[in-house]
Amino acid sequence: MVTVVRSTAMFEMQTGTNMSVNSGQTLLDFSGVSMTFPDGTKALDDVSLSVKAGEFVTVVGPSGCGKSTLLRIASNLETNTGGTCTVDRDSIGYVFQDATLMPWRTVQKNVELIAELHGLSKDERQSKAAEAIELVGLRGFEDKYPRQLSGGMKMRASLARSLVMKPKVFLFDEPFGALDEITRERLNDEVLALFQHEGFAGMFITHSITEAVYMSTKVLVMSARPGRIVASFDVPFEFPRNHDLRYEPQFAELCGEISHALRGAHQ
Amino acid sequence: MSTNTSTLADEIIHEQKQKFSISDYSGPIIVFGLFIGAWYLLSNVILPPEKRFLLPTPHKVVNEGFLVWKTGESRGLQPILMSLWDSAKVALIGLAITIVVGMGLAIIMSMSRWLERATWPYLVAVQSAPILALTPLIRALIDGAQKQRVLVVVLIAVFPIVSNTLFGLLSAEKSQHELFTLQGASRWTRLKKLQLPAALPNIFVGLRISAGLAVIGAVVGDFYFRQGGVVGIGAQIDIYRNRLWGAELIASIFMASALGLVVFLFFGWLSRAVIGKWHITTRGH
Repeated sequence: MVTVVRSTAMFEMQTGTNMSVNSGQTLLDFSGVSMTFPDGTKALDDVSLSVKAGEFVTVVGPSGCGKSTLLRIASNLETNTGGTCTVDRDSIGYVFQDATLMPWRTVQKNVELIAELHGLSKDERQSKAAEAIELVGLRGFEDKYPRQLSGGMKMRASLARSLVMKPKVFLFDEPFGALDEITRERLNDEVLALFQHEGFAGMFITHSITEAVYMSTKVLVMSARPGRIVASFDVPFEFPRNHDLRYEPQFAELCGEISHALRGAHQ
Repeated sequence: MSTNTSTLADEIIHEQKQKFSISDYSGPIIVFGLFIGAWYLLSNVILPPEKRFLLPTPHKVVNEGFLVWKTGESRGLQPILMSLWDSAKVALIGLAITIVVGMGLAIIMSMSRWLERATWPYLVAVQSAPILALTPLIRALIDGAQKQRVLVVVLIAVFPIVSNTLFGLLSAEKSQHELFTLQGASRWTRLKKLQLPAALPNIFVGLRISAGLAVIGAVVGDFYFRQGGVVGIGAQIDIYRNRLWGAELIASIFMASALGLVVFLFFGWLSRAVIGKWHITTRGH
């Protein structure tokens, strides 16, 4: 158990937390979910897991094990062939592997897009977008086009776009895989700060064990195809988490255990 | 929570300012010099003396084709400009119709794979059908040289608009489509806010090609469909050819080419004005 050093900062964070959802309420639930694609590929086999408000659950697993399929089922991009997935589909934020910005829209207009598709009035979506842009630290870049932004800034804009509708469930599909390490760590901190500020339930997919442990309240290990949850680790470190946490012995120990489980899952 | 903006400023990719230098113009100037040189060579040396009237020298073309306002019935710059304007009207009306019809077709084809497959062969057929063979049919179906020529323009120019627009409409990325799917976007919303903007760079490529073809279409149409009074530049070229008025012939060919060039440049400018801010072209240095 690591106690985070800056307790005052922690206090400020907690008082600033937006408790729009009751802590402990299950917001996303997979119960015996299986997925067989039309070509006969079995992607998921009897997966059960749930994510409560205030939880951040990360799934790690070998490539092609069906981790992303879980998110696609939760958001109704795919329909599971077995079991049930329960989630309020009107309250999902989905962050794709790439930023998926519209190159013809400025940052401001990109961030407004989801609100626009939901029919919010111009004033409303402009003020909500401004708020989200502020939250991800993109103020001053509203009039830039995606081609003028670095990979990290594109991802921030993408996060802001999802934040606008204040989703209760945030799904992250390996969002930072293409970024360099420094940017990636910075964005990890940004997402955690948002997680605390907004109080959403987070489900995160990644290849990186370090990222998984740093971000999550719980890490699930998935086996190679067909994907099955083979191990579950509670992550005890308190929020807000500090960059140096990654170099604590307890952190390394937990990473080691997950790595071990992951290697088992490969076989 | 808010990130320091000055560190973010480091992340922004600075755009390179475009510098204009003499080397940007040297290419066109050199090629122009070579062109004029080759022309003199052809007119004065290569052609046997008794056939040199077919290709008057550049200065003769300028003197007789451009610097004479009007002599007789139809010699000089004035009749050339009149017929050029006549053809330009046909080309522009035809192009406007082509854009509406072509983009409409492409949108319909993008909605259904079945329709796309059903329509392609006919588009290719129209594209490659010789207009000469269709002239009796066109005459039988439509009255008036003006309308007949407009139809020729549409037939000749429509294909690039359809193919480029369709390609563009289908070029939006899968994840972009999924983003719209997640928000329950209607087909119309998807078309308006995703597919059409994504297609704009391709649409402009199609526009530039079609604009050039529209001018060709108007000139070709002039050959086959003419009435009394002012004739199109194609018909004018035909008259000069028959009378072996070499200087006027070459001058009017230049004017027809200039029309094509102006239309092409206009759409290039329009393209940069509309999508230049966000679209990246991948030309190296």
